Amino acid sequence: MDRFLFLTFDGLSRGAVYAAFALALVLIWRATRIVNFAQGAMAVATAYVAYSVADATGSYWLGFIVALLAGLLLGAGVERVVMRFVDHSSPLNGVVVALGLVLIIQGVLGMIYGNEFRPATAPFSRDAFEIGGVALLSRYDLFVFAAVGAVVVLLTLLFTRTPTGLRMRAAAFAPDVSRLLGVPVGGMLTLGWALAAAVGSLAGMLVLPTELGLNPTAMDIVFISAFTAAVVGGLDSPIGSVLGGLIVGLLLSYISGYLGATVAPMAVLALLVVVLLSRPDGLFSRSSKARTA
Amino acid sequence: MTVVRDRVTTRLAVPTMRKQSPLIILVLGAIAVVALTYTLPPFRTYQLATVGAYLCVTAGLTVLTGLNGQLSLGHGALMATGAYTLALWQNKFNLLVVGIIVAILVTTAVGAVIGLAAARLRGPYLAGLTLAVAVVVPSITSTFDGTFNSDQGLSVVLNPPPESMTVEQWQAWVCWGGALLTVFTLALLTRGRFGRDMRAVRDDETAARLAGISVARTQVTAFVVSAACAGLAGALFAVIAQSVSPGAFPLTLSLFLLMAIVIGGLGRLTGALIGALLLVALPAVAHEIGEAAGSQRLEGNLALTFFGVVLVVVMLAAPGGLASLRIPLKKKGQR
Repeated sequence: MDRFLFLTFDGLSRGAVYAAFALALVLIWRATRIVNFAQGAMAVATAYVAYSVADATGSYWLGFIVALLAGLLLGAGVERVVMRFVDHSSPLNGVVVALGLVLIIQGVLGMIYGNEFRPATAPFSRDAFEIGGVALLSRYDLFVFAAVGAVVVLLTLLFTRTPTGLRMRAAAFAPDVSRLLGVPVGGMLTLGWALAAAVGSLAGMLVLPTELGLNPTAMDIVFISAFTAAVVGGLDSPIGSVLGGLIVGLLLSYISGYLGATVAPMAVLALLVVVLLSRPDGLFSRSSKARTA
Repeated sequence: MTVVRDRVTTRLAVPTMRKQSPLIILVLGAIAVVALTYTLPPFRTYQLATVGAYLCVTAGLTVLTGLNGQLSLGHGALMATGAYTLALWQNKFNLLVVGIIVAILVTTAVGAVIGLAAARLRGPYLAGLTLAVAVVVPSITSTFDGTFNSDQGLSVVLNPPPESMTVEQWQAWVCWGGALLTVFTLALLTRGRFGRDMRAVRDDETAARLAGISVARTQVTAFVVSAACAGLAGALFAVIAQSVSPGAFPLTLSLFLLMAIVIGGLGRLTGALIGALLLVALPAVAHEIGEAAGSQRLEGNLALTFFGVVLVVVMLAAPGGLASLRIPLKKKGQR
């Protein structure tokens, strides 16, 4: 029972990170109908920058802030320089271009930093403290919950309470009408990509200390898990992606805890297959017709 | 009803590429390969063999993606399936020809399972699912390490080649035998009714369905055919390397394959050949640059970066690929 509780909290902590990452995917999907397959690589790139800054200055938090800023810049840059010019007549094109970006980013990172794993330090202790004799949560888990919670609240406020958020939603759902009404649709797309990439960077900073460490390909599996989380939530729904993230996190934690860590990727694949084949619009949608996007 | 439908689709069919007969290509290709194996130095012959092995999988993938519009990032994993099957077979029975056939059959079966799921998915959903398949390979080899021996992988038992030829020549013959048969079969398949069905499904599923084509069956068949090619390629790689390990089939391999077919021009078998050549040539060039610069970090990553840049630039500037700079690829149906 103790173990079950521990795995549950561990799963929620992991799930929070997947939720943030899935949220980033959903943001871009809603705005451009592109699944950003380069999200993982972009997050790793900003994490490398962050740890370089942290190593140079000795301050983790400076590096953390730099990661978020670098995420904003990288996201805006990718949208402005590459994604804007993708031919949308086939949904394959966006995917292929994003995968090309993955290769570029991984290649450049490998050239600059090398392909060895580098340690990624956590700002707080990852030792769980005991509550009533049961090891449940570490300070780091609390930090993860707080950070992801803050992002979810801020994004909700942005999209529901501010004029900019309204413009972003309008630009995503009816670009032509919005343009007629004076919304700078292109600018909103850039802003959306920048925000999504920053959220992705945050997720990367949160997840890397709990994995093997920094490596150009470190986020491949995380990306798959987050993609699964987004699909479980319906890919169109921010709330769904957060719930999906928690579900995937819990599943992975139980599977790793009871069956072994190597089984976890297979469990993600199985979940993805089951959800895509039975409820392609996500667990929380009412219809279940096949996706033709 | 069926008879009428057949006639209609035949008459309204998209004109197929009219080129040399596949049989002539097969014979000319065989002659060229034999001639090359007797003139090239051993290392070049080895590279030639690798091109042949790559050609099997790029040809199959370009048919799937280019002609039928299904993107697969899981072909690296399918190659791993073929390679591991061959390794396990060889270590038990040591009958290479049968082993290759078994590898193809097993990969075909795995491909059928993935293809059944893939036929119901589109665009990014399909890409995400096949990406997950590609990432899961090391997880499988570690979980069942009794069979697959985890990260170390397996060695492949092979009989020595006939005495009259070198190892490299033998490898090149085996690989190109497989490659030419693959290209020959695919050329015949795609020129016929099946090719028209695939193109019709790619261009407009609703129209294809109205014309009486079973969309799902066409898509699954295309995936299975392409998986069989990947299985053959995997088996050939196992023969060339005489070992298999998950490290030989990373996610980047699947992305490289995608780059190869995109740069060569989606849906063209000549494009698949260009792609296969580049897959061998570019890393070799990058290796030499890396050595000249004395930097180990440069070596693998230069090729990676270059492939990425090529992929992005080609997709943005000429989605038809190098083989078709004049004729842009037909826009795929979108809904």
